[in-house]
Amino acid sequence: MKKLHRANPYIGLIFILPWIAGFLVFQLYPFIASLCYSFTNYNILSKAKFIGLKNYYRLFGIDPDFKKSIMVTLKYACIAVPGKLVFALLVALLLNMRVKHVNLYRTLYYLPSILGGSVAISALWKLMFMRDGMVNHVLGLFHIPSVDWLGSPRIAIFTISLLQIWQFGSSMVLFLAALKQIPAEYYESAYLDGASKWRSFWSITLPMVTPILFFNLIMQMINALQNFTSAFVITNGGPLKSTYLIGLKLYEEGFNNFKMGYASAISWVMFFIIMAFTALIFKSSDAWVYYQDGGDF
Amino acid sequence: MTIASKRIVATYFIHVWLVLFACFMCFPLFWMLMASFKTNNEILSSFGLFPRKFLFDGYVQGWNGIGNHTFALYFVNTFKMVVPTVFFTLVSSSLVAYGFARFKFPMKKNLFVLMLSTMMLPNSIVIIPRYLLFNKWHWLNTYLPFIVPAMFACNSFFIFMLVQFIRGIPRDLDEAATIDGCNVLRIFGEILVPLMKPALFSAGLFQFMWTWNDFFNTLIYISKVDKYPLSLGLRISLDSASAVQWNQVMAMALLSILPLVVIFFFAQKYFVEGIATSGLKG
Repeated sequence: MKKLHRANPYIGLIFILPWIAGFLVFQLYPFIASLCYSFTNYNILSKAKFIGLKNYYRLFGIDPDFKKSIMVTLKYACIAVPGKLVFALLVALLLNMRVKHVNLYRTLYYLPSILGGSVAISALWKLMFMRDGMVNHVLGLFHIPSVDWLGSPRIAIFTISLLQIWQFGSSMVLFLAALKQIPAEYYESAYLDGASKWRSFWSITLPMVTPILFFNLIMQMINALQNFTSAFVITNGGPLKSTYLIGLKLYEEGFNNFKMGYASAISWVMFFIIMAFTALIFKSSDAWVYYQDGGDF
Repeated sequence: MTIASKRIVATYFIHVWLVLFACFMCFPLFWMLMASFKTNNEILSSFGLFPRKFLFDGYVQGWNGIGNHTFALYFVNTFKMVVPTVFFTLVSSSLVAYGFARFKFPMKKNLFVLMLSTMMLPNSIVIIPRYLLFNKWHWLNTYLPFIVPAMFACNSFFIFMLVQFIRGIPRDLDEAATIDGCNVLRIFGEILVPLMKPALFSAGLFQFMWTWNDFFNTLIYISKVDKYPLSLGLRISLDSASAVQWNQVMAMALLSILPLVVIFFFAQKYFVEGIATSGLKG
């Protein structure tokens, strides 16, 4: 094979050419351009004018909404991501206990992940959690006073996060695949050595799924920090900006007010937050992620 | 109790939990279905699992939509957007994956790492310049912002997924075909593509689902109502009426996710295999 293709080392390059072109035009150029725009005052009608760090100064010094939106976004990510992963792991553990009809359960638990990102489900969430919505009707059946799920600034962010947690199925499938890969001999020898179930969970199961946990944590974090649809459709950032995620702020400045420079600055702050989280998770991974093959990805 | 009977009890216990939890998870969807047959008043006034009377008003009135556009238009538009996007994603991603998986070329390793790292590039960082670019090219209010990036394999998730799959296909097949006089394109078209069908199917399903559900990009790029896909059509039915007719919204919301549900139930194996193969090594 090597010999046959030595004739032309560029054939492979020709095949990947579409990706290179797409990368340059739709990813690299916008990436650099947004950094440049972030130092300008630019709305679509007028020309971009260089203003140095003023956009960033305004974001952190003057604009009260921005700091609020960062806090809200961090809160959202800190509720939604761990919540989702805990459910995903717990249900995967249950399904891994050699139960029958695993496929049926897996299908049912996975379904919300397929639908959850749509406007349709956000509309459903809005209706279910309204003041006179279904959830409060159910609480009423048990004589529990109704809760203002979407109208209370303290609770609304939880209600939005719940929609994200509801979609734990895709992470669960990954955990389940990882659990199935753990060789049965590990458990057998642990059993022979007299280890309890609890002990083998902590010493075998958990370390063996840490690579997947790590992967899930990064991908879910990146997604959660950029969330837009649910907060936009269900609460539109309210009440009192308590669900005003950075994604909403970016949309408002960029596509309602057409302040492209300012919006670019927001996207770069968002980028740094995402990078900081990713770096943090990567850095900490040495301490808690266990690779069977010594970490050679 | 013997160990065996203890085990049976434990299994039942797990099943009960799994069933209860599955009901709990899927309950919102069931309730949505029931709500679509109720009157708006009934939805808001009482819990009632089943409607007092099954009515199709929500569907009939909801379908006619607001203004002079029916949901038929939104469905057609969604297909016009989704089908080419899925098709071109598969063509471009599989060609690029073939290049990465089967050939040696200068800088291959660097380019591969670069391709992987773009998987983590947040969409929000490129959205403003992309919008300005598409605005300049007069692509707003068309589906080109979705279709053209798909032609250039812009979602590296799919490239990676297909590279992983091709690596699992024995090279002997390619070699035998080369000896028989097949050129590289024919090897791809006649040997690899037929073997890649399951992976292509998975990739296609994911792209279908993501484009179908996409809201942020449609909101930005499409502002003319006659170009609206379902996501935006649903949103105006939520927004414009002063008092939202929830039975109509639920009926149309349900119809809009029905294709996804149907596809999912028929092809769930491919969804699950898709994320298991691509996610595990990522």
